[in-house]
Amino acid sequence: MTKEQVLEIKNNPNYQKLVGTRSKFAWTLTIMILVVYYAFILLIAFSPETLGAKVSPDHMMTVGIPVGIAIIVFAFALTGIYVKRANSEFDGLLIDLKNDLEKGMK
Amino acid sequence: MLSRFLSLFIIAGLTVAMAAGADLGAGTKAEEINVPAIIMFFLFVSGTLGITYWASKRTKSAKDFYTAGGGITGTQNGTAIAGDYMSAASFLGITGMVYLKGYDGLIFSIGFLVGWPVILFMISEQLRNLGKYTFADVTAYRLKQKQVRILAASGSIAVVILYLIAQMVGAGKLIEILFGLDYEIAVVLVGALMIAYVAFGGMLATTWVQIIKAVLLLLGTTFMSLMVMNEVGFSFDTLFTKAVEIHSKGIDIMSPGGLVSDPISAISLGIALMFGTAGLPHILMRFFTVSDAKEARKSVFVATGLIGYFYVLTFIMGFGAIVLVLGDPTGQYLAADGVTLKGMNNMAAVWLAQAVGGDYFLGFISAVAFATILAVVSGLTLAGASAISHDLYANAFAKGKVDEKKEMKVSKMATVAIGIAAIFFGIAFEKQNIAFVVALAFTIAASANFPVLFMSIFWKKLTTRGAVIGGYIGLISALVLVILGPVVWTSILGNAEPIVPYKFPAIFSVPLAFIAIWFFSITDKSDDAQRCIDEFDAQDIRCQTGIGADGAVDH
Repeated sequence: MTKEQVLEIKNNPNYQKLVGTRSKFAWTLTIMILVVYYAFILLIAFSPETLGAKVSPDHMMTVGIPVGIAIIVFAFALTGIYVKRANSEFDGLLIDLKNDLEKGMK
Repeated sequence: MLSRFLSLFIIAGLTVAMAAGADLGAGTKAEEINVPAIIMFFLFVSGTLGITYWASKRTKSAKDFYTAGGGITGTQNGTAIAGDYMSAASFLGITGMVYLKGYDGLIFSIGFLVGWPVILFMISEQLRNLGKYTFADVTAYRLKQKQVRILAASGSIAVVILYLIAQMVGAGKLIEILFGLDYEIAVVLVGALMIAYVAFGGMLATTWVQIIKAVLLLLGTTFMSLMVMNEVGFSFDTLFTKAVEIHSKGIDIMSPGGLVSDPISAISLGIALMFGTAGLPHILMRFFTVSDAKEARKSVFVATGLIGYFYVLTFIMGFGAIVLVLGDPTGQYLAADGVTLKGMNNMAAVWLAQAVGGDYFLGFISAVAFATILAVVSGLTLAGASAISHDLYANAFAKGKVDEKKEMKVSKMATVAIGIAAIFFGIAFEKQNIAFVVALAFTIAASANFPVLFMSIFWKKLTTRGAVIGGYIGLISALVLVILGPVVWTSILGNAEPIVPYKFPAIFSVPLAFIAIWFFSITDKSDDAQRCIDEFDAQDIRCQTGIGADGAVDH
């Protein structure tokens, strides 16, 4: 890739939009999973009795079990959300960018 | 060559079967010879060797060998990744941990899983767009090839060897118990099969063996979980109530226990599990087997779903084993002491298979457990061989001026060498306490591989010096801290007090690596440093768009 091509792509509005929205989205989702997971870890470390409490007096199920399963489901759901948006919006922008570049070549 | 190997294998198999039969006839160890398991195991091995033969016809170029020609679909790759991750350590280890400690097992599962979304958002598409065969293609993209390749290969080989030791020792012991074979024979058998899969069938065979095993394992564990739930009338409360009544720890199995006792260890374990996943070479290389970034992200989605589902099942199976195996009125699954399980406590999942499905299902699960080990060691061997042939031989020493045929030859030689090393280590470590090696592998992956990979993708000012010094600091600090910690220093070396009180040192070694990468990059004023910085923009464009990458439209 020549310096001119690099500059051309970097200045392309579709490229800027793609990189800007995607990295913001990816970081937001990353922070979400980190916050949820480390909150869980800190709870284990500092207050295990919270997770060990029964969901209700007449159940054996403790709070920690639905919370743990919910984190697994949450992690999977986040990957689904990312893939859905990437397949439609981000790939759309990428196609627009490639069209722009082909026009520029002619 | 392959057919010669096949006939050798059949002869070896017959010898083993006759030895087993002789034992059976003599009636000495009759209950230890598992005929359905041996039959199902032979079916699996013949099937997979057939696939290897088919794959060997399609594996002609280096690209075929390392990445199955890049023609694996996202769903297939996701299943294979899940297969890599659902190792015997996960299947037997996590079920065994739930069986022993209850809730604590779930904490491990969650840690193993949450690395996956991060891989999707930060690593998977970037890898696909920038790399070719190994993750070092990405870290060395704009840095000096030789030093960075040697670093990446060191990190990869260290992780692969440690992981292999764990799998080989586990395999030997498991097969000893399940099939009644000698430990050494079992280890040699595993080593020989994995060399055959990888050397002849390359990535294509390795992937399909992994997919088949993943499907079998998911079917088997689903059946076991359904049978457990059926036993308790599909009520979790009944399952838990019965388990608490039976288990010696009683109500404590329902809440976090002593597994992660202090906050530092808890957070450190979290860091190692989460970021270690993103530095495992045998996982990262799978992103090069798909055609583009879109398939790469689909792979992670499928893998996360399957792995998450599998971990929920291990939780049910662990509790099921408490009720049906530990709680079995005849005590048939317990060792002579009446407390531990026959074989080892990791066998909870295996005895549960017998409890819910009888001898034939036990045979099926035993064969699947063996298949799991075979598939995982094959992936590991391929990752190690790629690091040797592609990173060390072709790029670090021959500087990319090497023809493909020669590179493939080296990779096959490396496969054989790693296989022999694995057999050797498997036998040498038979009686050793190897519980620490997987944790060490994850810590090294998180401390040496992941920081360099992450910074090379995202940080413009990374220089060769920063990456190399930071990477080695991560690698060495991880090693030293584990050796000085409680697992090696006190449990294995027999010292009274550990010098480092923490089991998992990732909380120190990972930030140390990042800080060193940062510091030795920004203070690097060489011409090469400026070149690395200047070349970032072009790298970033390819990383973001895939323009210029394999299979994408080149402008």
